[in-house]
Amino acid sequence: MVHLSPTATTCEPPRAWSEPPLSPIPSAALNARIQPAATPPELLRNFCIIAHIDHGKSTLADRMLQLTGVVDDRAMRAQYLDRMDIERERGITIKSQAVRMPWGVTGPTGEVAAYALNMIDTPGHVDFTYEVSRSLAACEGAVLLVDAAQGIEAQTLANLYLAMENDLQIIPVLNKIDLPAAQPEKYAEEIAGLVGGDPADVLRVSGKTGAGVLELLDRIVELVPAPQGDAAAPARAMIFDSVYDSYRGVVTYVRVVDGHLSPREKIVMMSTRATHELLEIGVISPEPSPTKGLGVGEVGYLITGVKDVRQSKVGDTVTNASKPAASALAEYHDPRPMVFSGLYPLDGSDYPVLRDALDKLKLNDAALVYEPETSVALGFGFRVGFLGLLHLEIVRERLEREFDLALISTAPNVVYEVTMEDRGVITVTNPSEFPGGKIAEVREPVVKATILCPSEFIGSVMELCQTRRGDLQGMDYLSAERVEMRYMLPLAEIVFDFFDQLKSKTRGYASLDYEPVGEQAAALVKVDILLQGEQVDAFSAIVHKDKAYAYGVMMAGKLKDLIPRQQFEVPIQAAIGARVIARETIRAMRKDVLAKCYGGDISRKRKLLEKQKEGKKRMKTIGRVDVPQEAFIAALSSDDSGKDAKAKK
Amino acid sequence: MSPALPDGEPVPLDGALPAWVRPTAEVGPDPHRGVDPQLGVYVHVPFCTVRCGYCDFNTYTASELGGGASQSEYAATAVREVELAARVLDEAGRGGRPVSTVFVGGGTPTVLPVDDLARVLDAISGAWGLAPGAEITTEANPDSVTPASLGQLAAAGFTRVSFGMQSAVPHVLATLERTHDPDRVPEAVRWAKDAGLSVSLDLIYGTPGESLHDWRRSVEAAVACEVDHVSAYALVVEPGTRMAAQVRRGVLTLPDPDDQATKYELVDDLLTAAGLAWYEVSNWARTPEDACRHNLAYWRGADWWGVGPGAHSHVGAGERAVRWWNVKHPRAYAGRLATGLSPAAGRELLGSPDVRLERVMLGVRIRDGLDLAELSASGRTAVAGLVADGLLEGVAAIRGRAVLTRRGRLLADAVVRALTD
Repeated sequence: MVHLSPTATTCEPPRAWSEPPLSPIPSAALNARIQPAATPPELLRNFCIIAHIDHGKSTLADRMLQLTGVVDDRAMRAQYLDRMDIERERGITIKSQAVRMPWGVTGPTGEVAAYALNMIDTPGHVDFTYEVSRSLAACEGAVLLVDAAQGIEAQTLANLYLAMENDLQIIPVLNKIDLPAAQPEKYAEEIAGLVGGDPADVLRVSGKTGAGVLELLDRIVELVPAPQGDAAAPARAMIFDSVYDSYRGVVTYVRVVDGHLSPREKIVMMSTRATHELLEIGVISPEPSPTKGLGVGEVGYLITGVKDVRQSKVGDTVTNASKPAASALAEYHDPRPMVFSGLYPLDGSDYPVLRDALDKLKLNDAALVYEPETSVALGFGFRVGFLGLLHLEIVRERLEREFDLALISTAPNVVYEVTMEDRGVITVTNPSEFPGGKIAEVREPVVKATILCPSEFIGSVMELCQTRRGDLQGMDYLSAERVEMRYMLPLAEIVFDFFDQLKSKTRGYASLDYEPVGEQAAALVKVDILLQGEQVDAFSAIVHKDKAYAYGVMMAGKLKDLIPRQQFEVPIQAAIGARVIARETIRAMRKDVLAKCYGGDISRKRKLLEKQKEGKKRMKTIGRVDVPQEAFIAALSSDDSGKDAKAKK
Repeated sequence: MSPALPDGEPVPLDGALPAWVRPTAEVGPDPHRGVDPQLGVYVHVPFCTVRCGYCDFNTYTASELGGGASQSEYAATAVREVELAARVLDEAGRGGRPVSTVFVGGGTPTVLPVDDLARVLDAISGAWGLAPGAEITTEANPDSVTPASLGQLAAAGFTRVSFGMQSAVPHVLATLERTHDPDRVPEAVRWAKDAGLSVSLDLIYGTPGESLHDWRRSVEAAVACEVDHVSAYALVVEPGTRMAAQVRRGVLTLPDPDDQATKYELVDDLLTAAGLAWYEVSNWARTPEDACRHNLAYWRGADWWGVGPGAHSHVGAGERAVRWWNVKHPRAYAGRLATGLSPAAGRELLGSPDVRLERVMLGVRIRDGLDLAELSASGRTAVAGLVADGLLEGVAAIRGRAVLTRRGRLLADAVVRALTD
């Protein structure tokens, strides 16, 4: 992602592509051969880096930016490419971007050949599989980056499969060889076993010290195939990322396959047939810099003045309006939300702020969908659809951080298709919409999950997956100590604390990847929670009938501990329809009086009373029961249920 | 008096009352219209021989106090405040009333020689005069009185003594760090009665380690003394006390509110059976005349002047009132008065919303209850629900008053919140 705003004060002003500060290219003549819009495809190399979170992708990218001279040491910021605070703090990259870097390779005779490398950053997480697949489609090669102390992880494996399916040239690299805990021999073996080839061919680098990075750049030029395309054909460029910038509107990242795109010309988005004028076209190096266009095999950005990323969709094909291409590069898919959660402002008066914030985030996030909803317990909010759990977490955090909102989110749920006996079909994205009456069938999404873990944890992982209604599909040893397990799991079973449980049962060693593979019929019921006979919508859940009782007991017990005693007895019931499956009682409060109230106590007592009345205003009233907001938050958080699960073990 | 002073605005150096509690010409020809005919005086004696573990009152043992504010000079200092009070009330147009109640509390007032207490009382009498039948109470520890000292108190004008009995059970007294011998209580009561004094006993329930049986023993012992007035207070572990530290260290457990509720019901049962009736949440009296009139004045929002370190005062005119409080430390207190300055540390001016809130908060605590006309419209709509929940007396509500049921007394704060919504 690139911000075109002038807020990036730590950087030098954008400089011309022709004046790199410490260029690896020795002469102006050579440099002229690799100018944007005029570089022969055979001098281009487009590659990405596939790595697990924390395996050092951003640090390695930083070293490459320095060695190729596009960023000087002074301007260097750690993890230059990850701009957003959240990304920097979590050390992960959410949005992909592309940087053009010059590189000179010295031949056997000592002469230098100039190349232009495009490094396309890929999101590392399963939630963004579609975006990953589009960025992979923009490359001819992939650096497989693996932490030499940890070995390959499930998400990396998933992306590696995708890269190999896309016929990308894989360059295996072990990172962090400077770490004392590094075991390069062991993991080189493991990687060679996966991608083929000799363990000796696995490069060893350290993004931190820079060791081996020069060799890696040479290796990229040597191994990654040059792009191929028809320069004379109508332009076809694939959108692999699209970012909203408040100053420039949407910035669209493309990889040109055929033809040529030029400034000021009219272009067409092939999925929508919408026409836009190319206000600006250019490359990132590492700041955006306008060019005379983009030719075959080149990677860069477009600005058309549109304001919403939905008008410039990842996966779509851009062509010339005057001479449009006959067919798109690939079929376009709209991102489909898989996980839903209700988001509510803690302070009801923040509802308009939340609405505006979501509207703003949506400009930058084509996968975000939401609509208003009302909860008896939580007031006005939105039901928001996400690609997955990380997406949910990121959106929530951005809302809290960038818009200063305090939010409650309900337990995430998936989408259910409910077929009634009269054949009517209802799509349920919120448990409270689950219909009563005669239900013929309920279908839920299922995923194929890949879990990598040390073999000593096979038993615990199997146990966990079984309690989550998992079906073992197969198991392979990657090495004597590491195993890959493949499960079919209902998505609903992993959206709530599955990953935390997996981590705790494997002492943090397991990694998980999943992809949606369809849906299945299941015996699912809705469990309602009633406070003094009043249903509390925020706590309704759709669960497998074998787990309904456990959920009811857990939730009723939690609420019993969280809701303060009232002047009257409060029954808490868990029910499926009219059938009560669990019950707890909050005993009536018996004493709420200050025993002594004489002269000196009166001011103190009046102030206490005023404070209590303020506190009462912040309570939600369900029927006659006053429930502090904190009780809802605590009941909706997964912490306690995790502890319960551990306690039962 | 609680030692934690509220935050407030400063008080003029001469202690002058704000103009807005001064009765004005607009209120009519009677300059005292809207002025409570009663005037009470509280005298705080900040001394004890030992400090009890649960006590957070503003009191000092000789060793805690150090030099500079000796017990022997206390009476002279207090008399100086009485003189200042007379001047300030006069200047505010709120003097000119004889004092109807005096309450000497502490601390342990009876650690002072009776002559000292008599001097302060004389000063009060000299400043405003005492109303006929005035109630003059002092608190006392059972082990700090003798037949002779009680006789002297009566001779000095005292009419009532309130003994800190707390419990009749040795291990409970030990937890409370009370030093008196429980057998001393019936004796002290008899001496006081012989001296012609009305007697009240204070009890504490819910002390860590106190069983229901222990509590029954204590109440029965109090009943056996055949007094006409009993106060029973749930133990509150106040922050900063030695007992709070013991709870924090796990040496003692916090009182359980349900257990305290059961004990409240028990004391109410036993005292009622013995012929005493509740007239305030924590107070029972044999007849309405035996009720403590000084304390009733607090709950009815009357005027009173608090003399002594950390003492609070209240003067009100209709919907406008002022509360103030003195500096806490006896040395600072003595220093202010020695230089002719008011000992007040801060004050708060109460407007009509505060006064009305206090009226509900305090009025609902007493047996007479609260006139429903004093409630806001939304407060009145809560009455029916509170009657239905068994927290307010139905018959009283129909007659226009909010009177707590026994369950309501235990949940009085919740009732107040509902009535002031």
